[in-house]
Amino acid sequence: MKKFVALMMALMMCLGCLAGCGKADPDAGKIKIGGTGPLTGDAAIYGNAVKRAAEIAVEEVNALGGLQLVVKYEDDAHDAEKAVNAYNALKDWGMQISMGSVTSDPGKATSTENYVDRIFALTPSASTDLYPEGKDNVYQMCFADSNQGAASAQYIYEQKLGTKIAVIYQSDIDYSKGIYDTFMAKAAELGLEVVSKTTFIKGANDFSVQINEAKNSGADLVFLPIYYQSAALILRQCADIDYAPKFFGVDGMDGILALEGFDTSLAEGVMLLTPFSADAQDEKTVNFVKKYQEKYNEIPNQFAADAYDCIYAIYQACTAAGVTADMTAEQINDLLMEQFNTMTFSGLTGENMTWAGGYVTKSPKGMVIQNGVYVGLD
Amino acid sequence: MLFLSNVINGLSLGSIYAIIALGYTMVYGIAKMLNFAHGDVIMVGAYICFFAIARFNLNPIIGILLAMVVCTVLGMTIERFAYKPLRQAPSLAVLITAIGMSYFLQNMAQLLWTPNIKVFPSVVGNGAIKLFDGQLTISYIALITMGACVVIMLMLSLFTGNSKMGKAMRACSEDKGAAQLMGINVNTTISMTFAIGSALAAIAGFLLCSAYPNLTPTTGSMPGIKAFTAAVFGGIGSIPGAFVGGLLLGVIEILAAAYISTELSDAVVFMVLVVVLLVKPTGLLGKKISEKV
Repeated sequence: MKKFVALMMALMMCLGCLAGCGKADPDAGKIKIGGTGPLTGDAAIYGNAVKRAAEIAVEEVNALGGLQLVVKYEDDAHDAEKAVNAYNALKDWGMQISMGSVTSDPGKATSTENYVDRIFALTPSASTDLYPEGKDNVYQMCFADSNQGAASAQYIYEQKLGTKIAVIYQSDIDYSKGIYDTFMAKAAELGLEVVSKTTFIKGANDFSVQINEAKNSGADLVFLPIYYQSAALILRQCADIDYAPKFFGVDGMDGILALEGFDTSLAEGVMLLTPFSADAQDEKTVNFVKKYQEKYNEIPNQFAADAYDCIYAIYQACTAAGVTADMTAEQINDLLMEQFNTMTFSGLTGENMTWAGGYVTKSPKGMVIQNGVYVGLD
Repeated sequence: MLFLSNVINGLSLGSIYAIIALGYTMVYGIAKMLNFAHGDVIMVGAYICFFAIARFNLNPIIGILLAMVVCTVLGMTIERFAYKPLRQAPSLAVLITAIGMSYFLQNMAQLLWTPNIKVFPSVVGNGAIKLFDGQLTISYIALITMGACVVIMLMLSLFTGNSKMGKAMRACSEDKGAAQLMGINVNTTISMTFAIGSALAAIAGFLLCSAYPNLTPTTGSMPGIKAFTAAVFGGIGSIPGAFVGGLLLGVIEILAAAYISTELSDAVVFMVLVVVLLVKPTGLLGKKISEKV
């Protein structure tokens, strides 16, 4: 009897295999691009923006009739361990080119995998300096954190935005700490006066101590190199005690306006450095913003623009190198590395971008929030 | 002046802990169990408030009342289906059930309301009272939180001290068997305790999210644990203990953040707890029970 059952089960398994073989792969003949990102959870605004924009770009590229691409996103819930699982799921799917991870901490984990597996990676937004460091086939479309920190200090100095500066940063993530370190170095070099430096850690709700310190040291500009969730709390708690300095953020601030229930008047006048502005009038931006808005009923943020550029940069490189869908990931990896080290690319987030050591070179734009939308500062 | 403003912030944070701690301490005092799902009932209360106020544009008072009703029903349902069948079981089984309940509520909330952050509306209005030429500012929400905490404390003391149900509760907490012999319905009393605790949780949820408006399915868990600490700190089972413990915990947390390190403030809080328990194992206001052998 036992033998019979075992036999039946074996038979079923064989049938199962056959059934699997019979199914036609809908992605056949397309170059498979995979990425991990927070599609749920705290940072879901970033993950979904990237996924949507990448899909729009792929649709456009495929409509051109040349190389055919397909992009797939797996959820990593902004968690390094889950990101590696998501990455492995994508490898099982047959990913040939990777868009890395959307956020920094998961990005650190998946970029190591990319390096070991020799799968080319171009992240739209994992901005930690550690992302490409020591990994020759891993590239960034966004600014590295060190660039952001220094550029912010430079911008504040040049535009004379503040004389006494307070910084509140999150000390337990690379992203925030990285920007803080380079901001401070640059501020010291330029002679900016930083009067208050305070930190918080993940899960912090109460910022009264940090805000009080900034207020009592007479800061007229508060620099917030942090993500928008905490920034939303800080803006609210500053308003609660009638403290209204200027606020200056970085790209992590992007997304604050899309928070459900957020009172956008709190963010009035908040400035941030970002390479993309949805209200720019060039043809590329107008076209992208229109498409994104029609499809998802919201204005795309910088993460979306970076993801859109990623697909086009990959497309440009693939076309130039003659990549085809039947190549292995490793073959594509070598061809793309060669391209990215030499090519220049113009997209939504900048003109004539180049890459060196995986880091991108492009120029940031200052933005300010007015009446609930981003407006260019210059 | 900075010190004073830190103390006030601490009191306001502590008031929230105190209201949550009341829920823990009442249930522990009467049912002798740790209801770890309490923090998540707070979260549910906050969500109900959020939907009532932000989505359906109801009056905030109605929103809070609605949340209190929903939480009361939820608390009693949890008690009826998850805890009551285990009344004779070892306390470890009840404890694990409570932890399970906590995860169940968090995951249900994720499923129903997605894990994305919802920003709680500012009902009280942003703004502050300025004292001493604007050197000391106290936000409206801090004032309301502290006020609500004191009012709730007083009402609860009156209730347990004078009403019939309150007396029954105290009797149950002293000796369940004897209370039953005196004609007190122990089961109803325990249900009632859960009902009151859960209604308080709804208020705590509203105050918590008014002060710290990022609402997610895990919003209640950390404040829940801190409030539990506060209850133990003040002497679990004692209502004034929860009040004192909550306020002290809030003040210590803020002062530690201000004068020691923002990163270490939680560590300092728990260190203080350890020291207090070493010196006074029943907590600050805990009753010393000498068992006759």
